[in-house]
Amino acid sequence: MPADREHFAENLFVSGHTACSGCGQSLAARLVMNVAGPNTMVANATGCLEVFSTKAPETAWGVPWIHSLFENASAVASGIEAALKHTGQIDKVRVIAQGGDGGTADIGLQALSGMLERGHDILYICYDNEAYMNTGIQRSGLTPFDAHTTTSPAGKQSTGNPTVKKPLVEICAAHHIPYAATASVGYPQDVQKKVKKALDIRGPKFLQIHVPCPLGWRSDPAATLEIAKLAVQTALYPIVEYEYGKLVKVMKIASLKPVVEYLKLQGRFKHLFKNEEELKKVGAVAEKNCEYYGLK
Amino acid sequence: MFSILASKAKTSRANKTGSWRSLKKPKYLKTNCIGCKLCKLICPEGCIEGKEKNQYDTNLDYCKGCGLCVYICPKKDIEMVDEDK
Amino acid sequence: MKKFLEGSWAIAEAAKLCRPGVISAYPITPQTHIVEHLAQFVADGEIDAEAINVESEQSAASVVLGSQNAGVRSFSATSSQGLFLMAEVLFNIAGMRLPIMLVCANRAISAPINIWNDQQDSISLRDSGWIQLYAENNQEAVDLMIAGYKIAEDSKIMLPIMVCIDGFILTHGMETTDMPSQEEVDKFLPKYNPPFKLDVNNPMSFGLLGDPSVYTEARFSVQKTFDDVIPMINKVGKEFQSAFKRDSVRLVEEYKTDDAEVVLVTMGSLCGTIKDAIDAQRANGKKVGLLKVVAYRPFPKAAIAQGLKSAKFVGIIDKNISLGSDGALYTEVKSLLNDSNKQISGFIAGLGGRDITITTINNIIDLTEKEENHCKFVDVKKELLWEEFHAS
Repeated sequence: MPADREHFAENLFVSGHTACSGCGQSLAARLVMNVAGPNTMVANATGCLEVFSTKAPETAWGVPWIHSLFENASAVASGIEAALKHTGQIDKVRVIAQGGDGGTADIGLQALSGMLERGHDILYICYDNEAYMNTGIQRSGLTPFDAHTTTSPAGKQSTGNPTVKKPLVEICAAHHIPYAATASVGYPQDVQKKVKKALDIRGPKFLQIHVPCPLGWRSDPAATLEIAKLAVQTALYPIVEYEYGKLVKVMKIASLKPVVEYLKLQGRFKHLFKNEEELKKVGAVAEKNCEYYGLK
Repeated sequence: MFSILASKAKTSRANKTGSWRSLKKPKYLKTNCIGCKLCKLICPEGCIEGKEKNQYDTNLDYCKGCGLCVYICPKKDIEMVDEDK
Repeated sequence: MKKFLEGSWAIAEAAKLCRPGVISAYPITPQTHIVEHLAQFVADGEIDAEAINVESEQSAASVVLGSQNAGVRSFSATSSQGLFLMAEVLFNIAGMRLPIMLVCANRAISAPINIWNDQQDSISLRDSGWIQLYAENNQEAVDLMIAGYKIAEDSKIMLPIMVCIDGFILTHGMETTDMPSQEEVDKFLPKYNPPFKLDVNNPMSFGLLGDPSVYTEARFSVQKTFDDVIPMINKVGKEFQSAFKRDSVRLVEEYKTDDAEVVLVTMGSLCGTIKDAIDAQRANGKKVGLLKVVAYRPFPKAAIAQGLKSAKFVGIIDKNISLGSDGALYTEVKSLLNDSNKQISGFIAGLGGRDITITTINNIIDLTEKEENHCKFVDVKKELLWEEFHAS
């Protein structure tokens, strides 16, 4: 199987899709697919990725791919996996379920938990761009603290989203599945390494990839990779790996950068730049991450 | 009776998104390239072609001009230039 | 072979005989016995299927959506609230043209919460694009299931099918049921061979975004296909009859309608009670008949018009109510016969498991003949009603 994947390292998510310029999610989808290879079936949740890749009569996907609804990608993938078992293809064909942060951490969380608990041989990928981008940048359970979204706007009495990100990778790891990890498109080789690692494990796997959204984050499309890296280097997006419920590895931060370096590249945080008090609170989120995961 | 129910793989290539570019396009200088393939790896459009060093180039039929290849090139061998250059 | 079986057992055995490769369901009364029996078949190795115990009906429907699109015959069963939790997926399944079978053990809808029978659940899903067949008894349930897969999976049809079976009355009732053998069913029902599926050797994308330039045609093609389902039910019905010697797979059943002046119209197990009432009334010289609607979707307009040709008085009994309007079957039959001189009445009965007795049927026959009734609730207990809020 790994040799096959190397051999078919051609594009399985191709040009002509209609993602915004500099879209982190389309970048991540290519990284994932080109490691997964052609013997893969994908169940996709409703969201940007689905909309910009499969407008009838065209598709950007090079593998068998299905979209059903917003919240049920995990269950659809479970059915595909069961069918592959029934037809004796499960040793040859890998199944990926995927969705955005809303489709995974909010509306799709129950179906995801069911898929993990039942032990299906599926890799779930959450492309985390930290809000409901497809519907116009509304807050999700994975929107970070103090981010401006259209439903958590900054205003005279608000500094943006009042809550921190839902600990999604921990929720998945708590199912004691073989593998649950985070990654970032700022580190594309790390993304691919983790996809490969996950696909070589039998059973349920979960990977959450941080994918900047220039439209929703009000950032320069050319800065997508830089912003993604800064999220990791400021400890606002910890890169971690869990095996069977235990934290086994973290990406250490050689020199921790101040959070403002990450925030200042994004319009969604611009209301914070002159608010020392709030900047401190965001800094405290980063500090807590450092402590909790041992990032330093 | 059926209507459009499925698409054959990779048919999105019919959609030439290069028309989205408005100001700048990447120019591959092809002088200091070491063939690391990072540009090809991270292109959100998957429109960078080439297999050996100093041969990589973008397919302007699809390139949306994001400039991420310029950012990632370790040799600064790609730059953004005006569309008419 | 004739066996004395609980309805749920017969239904589970019929599902087994159809050889689904994937079964997924979530327990809900009164569907539970069906999935329990199926689980036991899997546990005993009597059926070669993957049984997926999901965390909700939403996921049960989604699992069979995935497995059917991967080319494997799939089966699910539910009731009431469970059907409603599936609703979003059910519309999706029809639009994706996946011939999944779902048995709906018909049950009332909350509030108030009620586990007993009426047909509000499946009736409310009438716009979903699923073929809907209603069984009068357990034998019919079994027959409609075996024939149903053949109707749904025809390469010109490719639509999902819901076999609706009155909860408790049928699912928990014991009846003598003639169960076909596996060999007979294998001979009748070919292997599922879909014209499209998820396949790594022929990669395609399914569930595309249909913008205004293509969406209308998606709906139009399903509607046109329903026109083809009507002759398909007749065709498969004939094949079924020659294979199993039973005339149970049909659009409608006409019971003593030839010379009938009063004809009742309804669906499901109530038809058995009505037949007894008719037999008694006919013994007294009254010309009464029944038009049993088996196929509600597609709605068999021609067959219904034919069945009511000689009737002067038509009484339609709905175990459902489109609140603010009328019973669903009444609305459709009435619109079909709008230009006729018949006197057409609509009755709402049997909601939430309220018994419909022969006395009730006799009353309905009298009322049908006496005057035109619109949305007439029968057997309403006035002592339970107040004009203003009243906590008891």
